[in-house]
Amino acid sequence: MTVPETSSPVQSTPLTADHISRGARMAPFAGWNMPIQYDGIIAETLHTRSAVSCFDICHMGEFLLKGDPETCGLEHLVTARLQDMPSRSCRYGSILNEKGGVLDDLIVYRKGPADWMIVVNAATIEKDKKHFQAHLKPGTDFRDVSAQTGKIDLQGPLSRDIIKAIAPAATAIGYYTFIETEVLGRPALVSRTGYTGELGYELYVPAQEIPELWKKLLDDPRVKPAGLGARDVLRLEMGYSLYGQDINEETTPLDAGLEKFVDFKKDFIGKSALESKRKTGTTRQRVFLRTLSRRSPRHEHHIFVDGQTKGIVTSGTFSPHLNCGIGMGFLENIPAARALNISVGDDKVQIEAVITDKPFVKHTSLKQ
Amino acid sequence: MNIPDGLYFTKEHEWVKIEGTTAMAGITDYAQHALGDVTFVELPKKGQVLKQFQLMATIESVKAASDIYAPVSGTIVEINAELNSNPGLVNQDCYAKGWVAKVMLADPQETKNLLDPAAYKAYVEGL
Repeated sequence: MTVPETSSPVQSTPLTADHISRGARMAPFAGWNMPIQYDGIIAETLHTRSAVSCFDICHMGEFLLKGDPETCGLEHLVTARLQDMPSRSCRYGSILNEKGGVLDDLIVYRKGPADWMIVVNAATIEKDKKHFQAHLKPGTDFRDVSAQTGKIDLQGPLSRDIIKAIAPAATAIGYYTFIETEVLGRPALVSRTGYTGELGYELYVPAQEIPELWKKLLDDPRVKPAGLGARDVLRLEMGYSLYGQDINEETTPLDAGLEKFVDFKKDFIGKSALESKRKTGTTRQRVFLRTLSRRSPRHEHHIFVDGQTKGIVTSGTFSPHLNCGIGMGFLENIPAARALNISVGDDKVQIEAVITDKPFVKHTSLKQ
Repeated sequence: MNIPDGLYFTKEHEWVKIEGTTAMAGITDYAQHALGDVTFVELPKKGQVLKQFQLMATIESVKAASDIYAPVSGTIVEINAELNSNPGLVNQDCYAKGWVAKVMLADPQETKNLLDPAAYKAYVEGL
């Protein structure tokens, strides 16, 4: 059989040595040497939905920015409306190029009326930084603090019990809000966000404090480490997009099914391109697929309708919660596609599938 | 890395155990470890005739799909149907309960194209 090859890693997080000592399987991701799995992707996925897991997410980027959103140009950069965000709330959105293509998806944190943190994907830090600097009003206080900021995600129905012990003030915060508080007695930011669809928190602390926090979290026997493999299954089970795979500069929020994170009542970079696309209509649609077997859709599989290629799979995996393959992709605008005979595959295999709705896994602890 | 004695191996990480005129085949510990959690095995059909190193089965894990090649030529006489309901046996016990297929051996001389445990061990260590 053919064993997948791996290429050489680039950067290490403050936890890379710890992951290796725990026997994690490491692989390069977005230029970082990251843990893919510890006990196994399925076990880690199940543990996250039934108990609580922690994830090393130190590779992601953080920018700090000061200014009124209108005056400094931030409102014009992001698709979501920022002006009406309450302090200590988070909002998901995108930054676009003039053609309406997605440069990155991100989460905006409003720390105060004129005080912001922007969390971006690891692979796009440099590109995003240039884009912000080019479009913010000259002289705006903008800092890339990715290198000195560490991030651990704590996710799962039991995560509130764990937070209670390490950051008591964060216990009561609501979904998509955050608090600047102390974690293990030191200043930190804790938000009620995540990428798994479960109740969970993202903890931002100075990078040098990450090893101590990681160890402290894992001292509780209920908490287990989970890798990027489980993270990918968990986000796909919720139908969340992954930048660089499901969305990129060639996709717009309209065809990627992210229109609800775009505010057409304000002006932003890429808006006129999106408006003309709205008039002419998009040529493809985002679809979510479930296979009728244990076989999985895979990245770049074709989507066949009555045996004819009509689309492409952007992400796919096996769902241990549904016991079948799941995935998402783009399908041509075919009327009533759900009623048609759908399969996914390549020149070697065709796997029977159906078009369905996201999330694949329902009734999670997300908003408990 | 578990590499049992008495088996032959391919560079594609299949193993084969020759018992008289039958050969039992599966994937190695190195392969199951590299794949991670196995979620599906597309087994060959009984009676199927295969040449050495021809596609014999397909195996899927959470991460990817991979091909399994026949370590020897012959006719498929038995398949491990247990893998349909429990593909994880490949991870738990790749050299015994996780076997894939049994082949009626066409040419016993073909073992000369395979690696013995020492040679496979040296090969895997060099990867």
